[in-house]
Amino acid sequence: MDAAIAVENLTRRFEGLTAVDAVSFTVESGELFALLGPNGAGKTTIINMLITLLPPTSGTARVAGFDVSREKDAVRRHIGIVFQEPALDKDLTGRENLDFHGMMYGLPRGERARRIAEVLELVELAERADVLVQNYSGGMKRRLEIARGLIHHPAVLFLDEPTLGLDAQTRRRIWEYIRRMNDEEGVTIILTTHYMEEADYLSKRVAIIDRGRIVAMGTPSGLKDLLGGDVITLETGGDGGSLLPLLGGLPWVKGAKEEDGEVSVTVEMGERRVPELVSLAQGHGIRVESVLLRKPSLEDVFIHFTGRSIREREVSARESRRELVTRRMLR
Amino acid sequence: MIDGIAIYVLWLREMTRFVRAKSRVIGTLGMPLFFMAFLGFGFSRAQLPNLPPGVNYIRFLVPGIVGMTLLFSSTFTGISVLWDREFGFLKEIMVAPVSRVSIVLGRIAGGATTSLIQGAIILLLAVPLGFAIPGAAEVLLAVLFMLLVSVIFISLGLVFASNMKDIHGFNMITNFIVFPLFLLSGALFPVGNLPAQVQIFAYLDPLTYGVDGLRGALLGTTVFPLLLDLSVLALTSLLMVAIGAFFFERCQC
Repeated sequence: MDAAIAVENLTRRFEGLTAVDAVSFTVESGELFALLGPNGAGKTTIINMLITLLPPTSGTARVAGFDVSREKDAVRRHIGIVFQEPALDKDLTGRENLDFHGMMYGLPRGERARRIAEVLELVELAERADVLVQNYSGGMKRRLEIARGLIHHPAVLFLDEPTLGLDAQTRRRIWEYIRRMNDEEGVTIILTTHYMEEADYLSKRVAIIDRGRIVAMGTPSGLKDLLGGDVITLETGGDGGSLLPLLGGLPWVKGAKEEDGEVSVTVEMGERRVPELVSLAQGHGIRVESVLLRKPSLEDVFIHFTGRSIREREVSARESRRELVTRRMLR
Repeated sequence: MIDGIAIYVLWLREMTRFVRAKSRVIGTLGMPLFFMAFLGFGFSRAQLPNLPPGVNYIRFLVPGIVGMTLLFSSTFTGISVLWDREFGFLKEIMVAPVSRVSIVLGRIAGGATTSLIQGAIILLLAVPLGFAIPGAAEVLLAVLFMLLVSVIFISLGLVFASNMKDIHGFNMITNFIVFPLFLLSGALFPVGNLPAQVQIFAYLDPLTYGVDGLRGALLGTTVFPLLLDLSVLALTSLLMVAIGAFFFERCQC
């Protein structure tokens, strides 16, 4: 069987700006894949090309085995989408929104009713199904959209920033639904996010995107392993320097440095090494005042590959966009 | 290519929203109703040249106001695609596996139905003002004219919506396109009373033939031959649907 998504050298240029620059990746069937990157990195542009809303400037993309440029209708039939901005009819009830969707996708009446009940159950909206959507909270709208994206049994479900603007508690719940959909419905999911924890928690594989390019791709743990492992920092009474030669002889120590009495040691599986390190220091009369174990996050991976944090990137992306707008206005 | 189910679904959505938005319907009917009542009473004794013989002003006015109602409600239905875009719902429609032509036809079907209902309400409200509703055959002919007028102006609204970035141009279109189309159409007074140069524009206005056709059906009096009205409207509506579909397809909304 074909991969769920196969993207090759996908490029999209807007007047003078290359939003997506020769991006290639493959998503296997049943996988939960995340595109992680700051706002303005090109994630939504990639999604818009994959869901046939935006023609690529060059390159190819196949979704569920169909070409997004030449087989638009076939692609549309096989995908479900949750847009970044809500795309619901607020003057209709939740159930009517789902029914509308089911009819547009050609589901017969009986199957539609059964399927709507199922997806409403999945996102726990059954009791509120007959309320007008304008009375829904942000979290409920998002859940309804997730439910809607699933009705027609899509092969691939696209989630564009599924928890943007939601509070922490609601975000957790949405995460649970996303996992459950992936497990229970077996649907391939591709999501975009600029939240590290979201990509880390949800995805089996993640592609880190910056300025329209994929800078790194792999499993979250695999990417973090690229950084060499966990960092244990021991705060000593001041004689930390004498610890360094002792560490040099240990096979599991990947690196160590000392600064102002603080010794940082890079190891794998840091939590298992903390007791050993502490007893080693104490055995040599070095007083340990505190221990800090830091596991690398995807944020560290992003910094490693781009030299900046995602937040810094976002600020600069916003600035450059403002520049672009100003330039356009001056023209 | 043309997906009957999709057209039906979009029509159904329009109906559901129409039934629910009673205040909006009353709001849109308010203006034509006031025009009909106040102009009808105000000018009932005025001497207006070129009125068809034996037709008083209020009877002359009613088909014009029906045309006005159709013009406004249809154009705005077409433009309402912009609201769908603003609220994001258009994306849900655009990624559905149905052809763009079906989406356009669905919107026209829904909009034409709501316009027809509003036109019919105006016609009924005209009865207490002294308007006599003719027989079934004449009413059916009037419905045909109303349908064609609706299709033309919904498509026109779609053309506007497809070429607008947001809803800010809305007032421009109302004041500089919709109102002139209304005033030129002969809805309020015979087109023959306009200066000759302005009359040319009146003859380019599809609503002129719509209002004339409605007068033909409802009053039995026309300026142009009824068949001419019908052919002009039929051709224009086909053309406008094609243009509307073309622009809608082209815009990446």
